[in-house]
Amino acid sequence: MVKKVIVEAMINGDPVELLCEPRQSLLEVLRDELDMTGSKEGCLTGDCGACTVLVDGRPVCSCLMLGVEAAGKSVTTIEGLATGATLHILQQKFLEHASLQCGICTPGFLMSAKALLDHNPNPTEADIRYALAGNLCRCTGYDKIVKAVIDAAKHVADGVGTSHHGKVPRKSTAEATRDLLKGQEVK
Amino acid sequence: MAAPTTNGHDYKVIGTRPIRHDGFDKVTGRAKYGADYSFPGMLFGKVLRSPHAHAVIKSIKCDKALAMPGVKAVVTAADLPELPDKMESAGEAAINLAHLSATILARGKVLYDGHAVAAVAATSPHIAEEALRLIEVEYEALPPVMSVEDAMKPGATVLLPTLRNKEDGADKETNVAAHMQFKRGDIAEGFKHADFVVERKFKTAMVHQGYIEPHNAVGIYSADGHATIYCSTQGTFAVRSMCSALLGIPEGKIKVVPAEIGGGFGGKLTVYLEPLSVLLSKITGHPVKLVMTRSEVLRASGPTSGSTIRCKMGATKDGKLVAAECWLAYEAGAFPGSPVGAGAMTIIAPYNIPNILIDAYDVVVNRPKTVAYRAPGATNAAMASETVIDELAEKCSIDPLDFRLMNASQEGTPQTVGPPFKRIGFVETLEAIKNSAHYKSKLTGPNRGRGVASGFWFNVGLQSSATVNIHTDGTVSVVTGSVDIGGTRAAQAMIAAEVLGADINDVRPIVADTDSIGHTDVTGGSRTAFATGWAVYDAANDALRQLKERVAKTWEKKPEEVAFANGRFSPVSGNGVKPMTLKELAPRLARTGGPIIGRATVNARGVGPAFATTLVDVEVDPDTGKVKILRATVAQDAGKAIHPSYVEGQMQGGTAQGIGWALNEEYVYDEKGILRNTGLLDYRMPTCLDLPEIETIIVEVPTPGHPLGIRGVGEVPIVPPPAAVANAIYRATGVRMLELPMSPPRLMKAMLKKRAAGDSQAAAAD
Repeated sequence: MVKKVIVEAMINGDPVELLCEPRQSLLEVLRDELDMTGSKEGCLTGDCGACTVLVDGRPVCSCLMLGVEAAGKSVTTIEGLATGATLHILQQKFLEHASLQCGICTPGFLMSAKALLDHNPNPTEADIRYALAGNLCRCTGYDKIVKAVIDAAKHVADGVGTSHHGKVPRKSTAEATRDLLKGQEVK
Repeated sequence: MAAPTTNGHDYKVIGTRPIRHDGFDKVTGRAKYGADYSFPGMLFGKVLRSPHAHAVIKSIKCDKALAMPGVKAVVTAADLPELPDKMESAGEAAINLAHLSATILARGKVLYDGHAVAAVAATSPHIAEEALRLIEVEYEALPPVMSVEDAMKPGATVLLPTLRNKEDGADKETNVAAHMQFKRGDIAEGFKHADFVVERKFKTAMVHQGYIEPHNAVGIYSADGHATIYCSTQGTFAVRSMCSALLGIPEGKIKVVPAEIGGGFGGKLTVYLEPLSVLLSKITGHPVKLVMTRSEVLRASGPTSGSTIRCKMGATKDGKLVAAECWLAYEAGAFPGSPVGAGAMTIIAPYNIPNILIDAYDVVVNRPKTVAYRAPGATNAAMASETVIDELAEKCSIDPLDFRLMNASQEGTPQTVGPPFKRIGFVETLEAIKNSAHYKSKLTGPNRGRGVASGFWFNVGLQSSATVNIHTDGTVSVVTGSVDIGGTRAAQAMIAAEVLGADINDVRPIVADTDSIGHTDVTGGSRTAFATGWAVYDAANDALRQLKERVAKTWEKKPEEVAFANGRFSPVSGNGVKPMTLKELAPRLARTGGPIIGRATVNARGVGPAFATTLVDVEVDPDTGKVKILRATVAQDAGKAIHPSYVEGQMQGGTAQGIGWALNEEYVYDEKGILRNTGLLDYRMPTCLDLPEIETIIVEVPTPGHPLGIRGVGEVPIVPPPAAVANAIYRATGVRMLELPMSPPRLMKAMLKKRAAGDSQAAAAD
């Protein structure tokens, strides 16, 4: 048996201490050791981007990084994208624009798009297509994904809810859900 | 940009764009796909796969693997029942169970690189993987047969010694599993009337469906003889039937729970890991999870056929198609069953041609057994026919869109198999493209070209069940057995909301397991909105009928004296009774007879065929042969778009897959029959940087007989793009591409050849 080691990391803002084998990828650690199955495995070779997480703010294919390499780092996963019961503007726009069909690539796209908007709140369509080129989607033809990110960027630029820590007004789950559903249509 | 039409109905919910009910879980990472399930004591399975394309298995020794700490079981074909080598009914479709079983675990012979040979269950995926290396398999390699041409040659190495076809008789070994022929009129006479004849030979590469989620299954075999399977599949009932037949467990003792599914496109209609998960669970007594790697997905699941197609068509000089002669041979993979029949029946279906002769051959080769891929067989066929039609239009000096309009199939045109089309919307898709901003725009600049092509797909009906439950607060749950791959839950909820006058957010759509809903066929054949939607429509009306009876009881009237409109029950003739809503009625159900559920089943007939027309602008790099898609517009007949965003999504996704098929995707085998591109870097699917915005025009020509006029939309948009891109490349470069994919090296070679020919012509002129 391979000996497990202790890894301390910040995951979605919380300090986490975990045991993992040195050969386990960060993706495997998240999914199998921490039961955080929102990050998806599509290829294990860094080609599809379904496992994208942010490590110290940078988008990383978690299948290409070892779990032990996360020691001392800050990891943000899809489970940490919403603020409590309030969806991140990108999540909201993905729903409004019908940007997902099967939804397996969605967590990875959301994390890559968050990384883009965190670094460039005013991206052009070309910037967006470039930033998301490491994520494969086989259902949508990308059209509605790109449109959702354009729309979300517009809101970020307008200061309506940037990301994780901030300007999104606090709502209860019920309020957020109702507001999102009520009268709103997919664009 | 949906064409504004309501088919004469004033719908409140249908045609709007509500947020999908399952969306919240899918944007927060909470939705559970097959690989996300875990259970206490769960083991992990891995599959040993053949390193040979074609070999006899001399022996398999498992003792070293079994002795490894943490390994709980190793299975081979010897652990599966031997099944009859003939077509048998296994639920929905006739299947050769011996072939299906030999796909799960090879019996006696391996027939492709990646063919499953043995499976291990162990306490961790890493231990299972290490154990695979300890299984000793002795192979005797045989020559691989990789192409239909080689497989059809006299004296070719035979893959399946028991395979026979009707023409060659019972004595002759063969790789040709079937020959089909379709005829109409007099082909020789037809060509006599042609002023122009174009004949071309096409080749298309084997391609994969490319869903992002690999195959997965968790099997839990219980001591009472019952098995539960959690998996991502397009058809839970099909999984149940197949696992029952493969394992010898009665259907009633298997429950299949549909996990969320990360794409299918036809590739998840069959089983690979599901029976292994149950078999390993039965031996070990633990839940067993298996998940394929991407390399396993590419080597051993899916793909759809590569093909060789000869297509000859003739037209009069005023543009009337008079004859078409086609010859198609499709790679079935290791076992019979390519979609060549569908290819043959779609290849000229969009056009009214009096004289046709079509021959189709299903050929086994040392490649993975092909399964359905979005309008299976039709895309290969359309690449051939839609290119030849483009060339004929040019010879007749007629605009290619007008040429198609002049020859388009309409209501009453005979289909390839004989019976005439009912009302179809092909002409409408052509006209929609003709009237589009894209078509009216000018394309200028060097190395640029515009191409158009059309596509046809049958769609299917089949069986569906639905229940509609009225809850005490007046909300509604809609239960079906149709796995939701692309947003069909929203469509089912919208149909029920429309019928019951309910708010869409008061309707909850649920996809149930095989014990909790009546039989429902696969999510495939573009049938879910059409057939399951029909069942939901009927079930909601069944609930409405009962609700009216309760209102009548309350008002001491006859049910026919109760009207229902705009979400309100009111008396047919007003007499001062206060109208009542569903929300007001629901809490009173207990006092008027108890709960209400509406239920319905359909075996949907009268399916509406689908047509799409795609317009593409390309720019070709003259130095590298790389093709850039500048603009793409697709017009498609949806009959009635329930949720237009998800209809557009199907159109855009199908177009993207078709563009990938056109330009980059292909299986690359070496001379030994080993797949050389087993990852997504080398099996190159389009990224968002490779594609432009994909414009959509939804055309609505209702399917006659369907209560909402729905036509399936999922498959047909993949059919036109390869030919549309080929036709655009021709206009950009003057080169007719006859082989898919039209990858940079292939196009560069063709352009260099043309330039060399031009140079030599120029030299001759000097």
